[in-house]
Amino acid sequence: MSGKPRLTYLNGRGRMESIRWLLAAAGVEFEEVYLETKEQYDKLIKDGFLLFQQVPLVEIDGMKMVQTRAIMSYIAGKYNLHGKDLKERALIDMYVEGISDLMQMILMFPFSPPDAKEKNLESIKERATNRYFPVFEKVLKQHGQDFLVGNKFSWADVQLIEAILAVEEKVPAVLSGFPQLQVFKTKMSNMPTIKKFLQPGSPRKPPPDAHYVETVLKVFKK
Amino acid sequence: MSSKPKLYYFDGRGKMESIRWLLAAAGVEFEEEFLETRDQYEKLLQGGSLLFQQVPMVEIDGMRMVQTRAILSYIAAKYNLYGKDLKERALIDMYVGGTDDLMGFILIFPFLSAEDKEKQHAFIVQKATSRYFPVYEKVLKDHGQDFLVGNTFSWADVHLLEAILMVEEKKSDVLSGFPQLQAFKARISSIPAIKKFLEPGSQRKPVPDDKYVETVRRVLCMYYDVKAN
Repeated sequence: MSGKPRLTYLNGRGRMESIRWLLAAAGVEFEEVYLETKEQYDKLIKDGFLLFQQVPLVEIDGMKMVQTRAIMSYIAGKYNLHGKDLKERALIDMYVEGISDLMQMILMFPFSPPDAKEKNLESIKERATNRYFPVFEKVLKQHGQDFLVGNKFSWADVQLIEAILAVEEKVPAVLSGFPQLQVFKTKMSNMPTIKKFLQPGSPRKPPPDAHYVETVLKVFKK
Repeated sequence: MSSKPKLYYFDGRGKMESIRWLLAAAGVEFEEEFLETRDQYEKLLQGGSLLFQQVPMVEIDGMRMVQTRAILSYIAAKYNLYGKDLKERALIDMYVGGTDDLMGFILIFPFLSAEDKEKQHAFIVQKATSRYFPVYEKVLKDHGQDFLVGNTFSWADVHLLEAILMVEEKKSDVLSGFPQLQAFKARISSIPAIKKFLEPGSQRKPVPDDKYVETVRRVLCMYYDVKAN
């Protein structure tokens, strides 16, 4: 295993994208292996790489880590992005889990049947606008600090900027009622490691397209 | 806020059950408020206690915590059930992730149509015996220790026992190919705090029934069909 973490996933966002964001935000370089065929995936399972026969897989510090949350918690802990004590960690975890529920809706969207897409898009817009974004707008307004927790850059900030951009791709004017989040978006986007990640040529993946959906269905076909 | 944690949820398992298990395993007494009416839920919402408008919610150490995973992580860390360092924590998180996925299939079960229930039952047993149980069987066999991680009782052990018992409720002989897990089950069940939780009269909730499903649907106005896996 080289010194850099190695990510194994499809060549697309999916559940690995949040991990790419977090590593990038922490300034950590990583390698990627892309699953393109069912054979590759079956081989990984046969060779015992995938604890629960699933990806994401991240090889890091001698471990073959699976389970997205476990991977992100480890990275956040290792790179000091998980708060300074148990209570800050609790806040970060709550915020990250909430955002993750919203991201889950976006994750599943490309796989919804054509006649459900409009309804699902409406649900994403409704949840973002009525359930999730108001929470973070309020948090930022109340403490007036740049970052969500403990006046310090953390995993929660990375997860939120990722979510904001992902929702904006679907609902361009979604931040129109959220002045704090607009400022937050600008600030986070200008942080050096994030700015670099947002530039062309970075490991950031584009929005899922038909080819990506096709590849997912092919690789994971039973 | 009292000094004991206070749990806000329905009078039933759902997403709160893992939290009850973990608090009980840690020997922590807790109070519960059961949601029975839509009014109660709306009052909680209006009062601003539910960060994302959802339960579980646990009042603990001056916080109103939501998000099951966040709550469990906090309790695990507070009561030293989360490993001794980052790498042990990573292992525990991975193992809990697996048992969480498995219990997730069972969580939705009461809300499925009769036809989907049959399919889901087979799906649960298949995944338990081919994807999840073999992993923990091997972990225990390979290190030969009593507990999953670091030779110390942790959240991962509590979560696995909970999952085993839930799957056994669906298929009583499901552990027949897993001798290590059978021994694990006996061992962990006999830990005093867990033994107490498994006795009648504890705060452990029974298998969800129609009344439970009705209550959840009524309180959350959740009348749509839940899809099977």
